[in-house]
Amino acid sequence: MRQNKGVGYRIFQVFNIILMIAICLVILFPIYYMFIVSISDGVAVMTGQVTLHPVGFSLRAYRAAMKDSYFLNSYWNTIVITVSGTIVNLVMTALFAYPLSRPDFYGRKLLMRCAVFTMFFTGGMIPTYMLVTNLGLGNTYWALILPGAISVYNMIIMRTFFEGIPFDLTEAAYIDGANDVRILCSVILPLSKPIIWTMVLFYAVGHWNGFFNALLYLTDKSQYPIQLFVRNVVLSGDTLSMAMTTYNSSTEVGAEMLSESAAKYAIIIMSMLPILVVFPIVSRHFKSGVMIGAIKG
Amino acid sequence: MSSTEMKIRSARRSQLRDKLIRGRWLYLMALLPIIYFLVFKFGPIYGLQIAFRNFRVRRGIWGSEWVGLEYFQQYLADPSFWVLVRNTIVLGLGQIAFVFPCPIVFALLLNEVQSKSGQRIIQNISYLPHFISVVVVASMCSTFLARDGIINQMIVAVGGEAHLFMQDPGWFRPIYWLSNLWQELGWSAIIYVAALTNVDEQLYEAAVIDGANRWQQTVHVTLPAIKPTIAIMFIMAVGNIMSVSFEKVLLLQNELTYDVSDIISTFVYRKGLSGGQYSYTTAIDMFSTVTNFVMLLVANRVCRMLGESSLW
Repeated sequence: MRQNKGVGYRIFQVFNIILMIAICLVILFPIYYMFIVSISDGVAVMTGQVTLHPVGFSLRAYRAAMKDSYFLNSYWNTIVITVSGTIVNLVMTALFAYPLSRPDFYGRKLLMRCAVFTMFFTGGMIPTYMLVTNLGLGNTYWALILPGAISVYNMIIMRTFFEGIPFDLTEAAYIDGANDVRILCSVILPLSKPIIWTMVLFYAVGHWNGFFNALLYLTDKSQYPIQLFVRNVVLSGDTLSMAMTTYNSSTEVGAEMLSESAAKYAIIIMSMLPILVVFPIVSRHFKSGVMIGAIKG
Repeated sequence: MSSTEMKIRSARRSQLRDKLIRGRWLYLMALLPIIYFLVFKFGPIYGLQIAFRNFRVRRGIWGSEWVGLEYFQQYLADPSFWVLVRNTIVLGLGQIAFVFPCPIVFALLLNEVQSKSGQRIIQNISYLPHFISVVVVASMCSTFLARDGIINQMIVAVGGEAHLFMQDPGWFRPIYWLSNLWQELGWSAIIYVAALTNVDEQLYEAAVIDGANRWQQTVHVTLPAIKPTIAIMFIMAVGNIMSVSFEKVLLLQNELTYDVSDIISTFVYRKGLSGGQYSYTTAIDMFSTVTNFVMLLVANRVCRMLGESSLW
């Protein structure tokens, strides 16, 4: 064991723990703050009374959001994009990672080099945009799914994991007459559950959080994903004010008001909801998943 | 040519044929991904040629005439050239100078926390922001720093004057770096934390016997042990110096801060896709991609010369 004696070190320990708690608070407070504002009474929010704890209780902000058809629509769109996009990602990544993990695959070095090259050298925004629109993918969800079908980084993580599976297993299955597709499906993938879940998480979060491709390729508001909705409401400030005015005027005089920031934070909190819910469950698996990815090879 | 040499050659050839035949399913599997890379990754690289053509939508890529390096010359002569390059590099360098070291320090300090479960809880909390979208992070910045946002509420409460941070060019860069730090501190630290847990306990025991105190152990055992990891992350960071987080900047910037917030990629987006100057902005974008790529190669070479780990 490392030695823990000495007054200096004890003092350091105390400061260190205080610092760590402070870091955790700084990380969590913004999210907590948005949450308490979103459930506080509208007048209390507008007069700046809400700082450390909720004041009053009101779900008006959430009810207002639920009445906004564009919000619900974008939420559903994001679910569709995330599910279908993640499936495409997984299939494509596995189809490439597996051959590259096989030591007897002729050409793996070259393919690997080409793939890594595209990590650092890309055509850039305009040629990609022109390609995607020329392929007729504009205004379809394919434009959000296909261009990023394989993340080279994730592919390398997966390949490295596959490489860790003893080659003898593959050989044995091969001798038993299984072809490589069978081997991948019934030998390799069942042994790779941890890495598959890590990939699902990475890709799904990427789709859930994506907004820029939607901004580029989608023009119809009813197709927008949630992040683009949030961006338009909070950062460009357009749709919300309208929805708000109609909401405020529709409620009787004297009823509690809906503050603009409460409405914004309610939308933000709901856009993060899947991540906030899933996160505590899966967070302890991250370390193994990330560590496998070393670029070398 | 001797007959043995020929035999070896033909044997090699048939070996290769065997490999190809045996691997036919593997090639079939890889076919779709290979097409994907050709179309969506190398396609745009091929499309970079519009940087050397005067692209007209009506004539298409191949019908537009060649203009050679005209657009690159135009870019170098453009007064916004230096502003864009400076803004991009300052954001990138600041990221390396202020944000890059923090996860290393965080990992070292976390390693000193005695309770293992405490370590795990802190680490799990620290990952969380990484999974929050850039839109939400930018939204938090803009609402918290608004005139009636919580930051200004606190400033006013202690007797200060409300300040419009988001509209102040002087605050753009700190906001960018700090929000990156908030978002990536814990996530970037993962790799260092893992490297730290792999340090051989015997090294510490030996150091203790030699009379090293805790600080000396950190300097002479811990740091050298994670140096290869730091080197790799450093190369990657330098290689990405010009690819400043485009989405974040796009969401945080506004006309009032263009002087410091306009970077190459936001300029390309605004003038290219919104303004229709395809060829010119492609040339600009290509200029930064190539610069980036060269810097990555240089950083890698330097690290190798210094005897540290390299990417390849």
